[in-house]
Amino acid sequence: MKPRSKRLVLVGVGVALLVGAVALVLNAFQQNLVFFHTPTEVAAGKAPTGRTFRIGGLVEVGSVQREPDGVTVRFAVTDTAKTIPVSYQGTLPDLFKEGKGAVVQGRLEADGTFRASEVLAKHDENYMPPEAAHAVEQAHKAGATVKP
Amino acid sequence: MIPELGHFSLVLAFVLSLVQAVVPLVGASRNRAALMAVGRPAAQGQFFFVAFSFACLTWAFITSDFSVEYVALHSNTATPLYYRITGVWGSHEGSLLLWALVLALWTVAVTVFSRHLPDVFLARVLGVLGCISVGFLAFLLVTSNPFERLLPGAPEGRDLNPLLQDPGMIIHPPLLYMGYVGFSVAFAFAIAALLSGRMDAAWARWSRPWTTVAWVFLTAGITVGSGWAYYELGWGGWWFWDPVENASFMPWLLGTALIHSLAVTEKRGAFRSWTVLLAIGAFSLSLLGTFLVRSGVITSVHAFATDPKRGLFILFLLVVVIGVSLLLYAWRAPRLSGGGSFAFVSRETALLGNNVLLSVASASVLLGTLYPLFLDALGMGKISVGPPYFEAVFVPLMTPVVVLMMFGPFLRWKGDTLGPVLRRVAPAFVASIAIGVGAAFAIGHATPRTMLGLALAAWVVLASAQQLVARLGERPGAASAARLRGIPSAWWGMWLAHLGIGIFIIGVTLVGSLNQSLDVKMREGQRAELAGYSFVFRGVQDAAGPNFDASRATLDVSRSGVAIATLHPEKRLYRAQGMPMTEADLDIGPFRDVYVSLGEQLPDGSWIVSLYYKPFISWIWLGCALMALGGIFAASDRRYRKLAERSAPAAAARQAA
Repeated sequence: MKPRSKRLVLVGVGVALLVGAVALVLNAFQQNLVFFHTPTEVAAGKAPTGRTFRIGGLVEVGSVQREPDGVTVRFAVTDTAKTIPVSYQGTLPDLFKEGKGAVVQGRLEADGTFRASEVLAKHDENYMPPEAAHAVEQAHKAGATVKP
Repeated sequence: MIPELGHFSLVLAFVLSLVQAVVPLVGASRNRAALMAVGRPAAQGQFFFVAFSFACLTWAFITSDFSVEYVALHSNTATPLYYRITGVWGSHEGSLLLWALVLALWTVAVTVFSRHLPDVFLARVLGVLGCISVGFLAFLLVTSNPFERLLPGAPEGRDLNPLLQDPGMIIHPPLLYMGYVGFSVAFAFAIAALLSGRMDAAWARWSRPWTTVAWVFLTAGITVGSGWAYYELGWGGWWFWDPVENASFMPWLLGTALIHSLAVTEKRGAFRSWTVLLAIGAFSLSLLGTFLVRSGVITSVHAFATDPKRGLFILFLLVVVIGVSLLLYAWRAPRLSGGGSFAFVSRETALLGNNVLLSVASASVLLGTLYPLFLDALGMGKISVGPPYFEAVFVPLMTPVVVLMMFGPFLRWKGDTLGPVLRRVAPAFVASIAIGVGAAFAIGHATPRTMLGLALAAWVVLASAQQLVARLGERPGAASAARLRGIPSAWWGMWLAHLGIGIFIIGVTLVGSLNQSLDVKMREGQRAELAGYSFVFRGVQDAAGPNFDASRATLDVSRSGVAIATLHPEKRLYRAQGMPMTEADLDIGPFRDVYVSLGEQLPDGSWIVSLYYKPFISWIWLGCALMALGGIFAASDRRYRKLAERSAPAAAARQAA
């Protein structure tokens, strides 16, 4: 092969590799993005069903309850306007507390309960997960002051 | 008084860094030996003052001087001495000071070990390192002064974040920073090559050991960080694709591409501009990592309550570094082109393929890490990109990398014929597929991913063995000891690091497939079973640490009636911050870890306990350790030392004069 055509082959293979990789990345991206919704949006039916997403806000005071098996927990996440009931199986993070911020990832069940696969709380005392802060802020902006 | 001395010393260091940044570069462009010679003493002086400043801050921590705000926020009189010392880099200001110290340390190392470099070149390298230093010291002094006073002083400190009170955290940040900042040397070498327009095999030979050593530190730093997350976060995962982990992983991927590209530049003179681009990229990603971690744009353990000014400053620094170096690249890189030509079937092509794949992998991590930030900044909604994305992208991208990685060493430089090489590797390749599939069935987990992982691992191990045998066979007739000694340590480095990948893949695959866990409610005397192990809960006692109170559980672990270990997971409450912390306990074995963490107490007096069975997880750390060890072997190759010796007479003559 002439050096010129050799270079063309190399460039061609490189481009083909890149195109393949980009297709792979975008496809994985499309399938695995996790969107965030505030409790108000979920209550308004704006959240997807049958797909994993995140909600965030404050853990409602007095809402944390354990099932008899001990490892299933029920609590409610609120943005101070709307409240979403959540059920979760597993160990809660150390800094999970009533009245504090939390972000929950999972799916919305048909009965309106959010079945969580992951619960994230803040990592230190004066730090609030940005998503949780965002949800509460949105609710305040909407001027919703009456709790349902 | 001492904090003021520290602050003052930092200002002096900043002034010296300005001198180091400007004078040698001017000297190099005008060819004035006197100006160029300023670089070395300026760098050494700067190191002295940064180190002194660091010592002052450490002293404030040791003596619990709570009139220094940073100390008051991150230490406490009850904190054990070693955590008071490591508290120095426990948060933003101090870790930046550590960054500056590590940079100064690398710069001094360059002045000490690179006596054989031409003066003009050394002046340029020191000048570029000086510029980086100016940026970081200015950042420290303007936005993040660790010596800020708190008047009147606090009677007691707030204590270090309990998550960071751990032996892993003593060494993780310094190792990681040695890696991050070490790429600044590779970067400085690349920029100096662009400035001089000269880049040859000698250049690659100077640059290689520095880059490899930085890569070794980064590898070790990431491994320790991952180990820390595994046992400290209390849920037994070793990698979460958290933005902060990605921040260190991206420069690692590009750095890995860089050390391979440098190999081609040294041996064959090819890939020159690509090498320069990778050096710029690896260092830029290190800076980006610092920005991501330090600016608080992401949710993570590393995100401290932050000041937006700081994020802006690093972003500005990042834009300047990337902008200026890419401009310079666009202007000068055409001069660097050329170098050895190579055939389509050659070791160069295999390395090029892996370089492209590693760069694409790095870009895909970058996309997954930054995309949520962009969307958020543009007000287009909040999203997160989790492990499923990274796994979906990584497995297909890394599979060809691992295949090529073991195939490459069988190929000759410059050109080879495909047929004979394929015939040589075919038995190992076919055998590894058979082993992968067979082993997956044997362990009762025959999923495509397990088969793929085990087949890849088998391919690495078999091909490594074949390479070793082939290498030993190169000198027939010699005694086996002589044959072993005849192999240069650079070759051992490659061999070990590649084998390490194989061991790593075994660990990742098996812990992913066979890992078992159970969350269970337990009361005294109760038994739980997991993966053939039996756990008996013996109750919980109160225990007090120096700065925390703990509930300490006792669990007896046994297997088929044979006692294996007694584990004591704890739930701690750190007094100063009132922060609860789970401290897991584990029994580490060569083929499995048994991991127990204590959840919360229920109203009826029982406890939630999480039990984990983690097969082959130690192999992950072992694989990473082999990679790092391989890097050490590669960097200590005799030919780098020879290079130094050859110019030693010249240095001696200079000293005698």
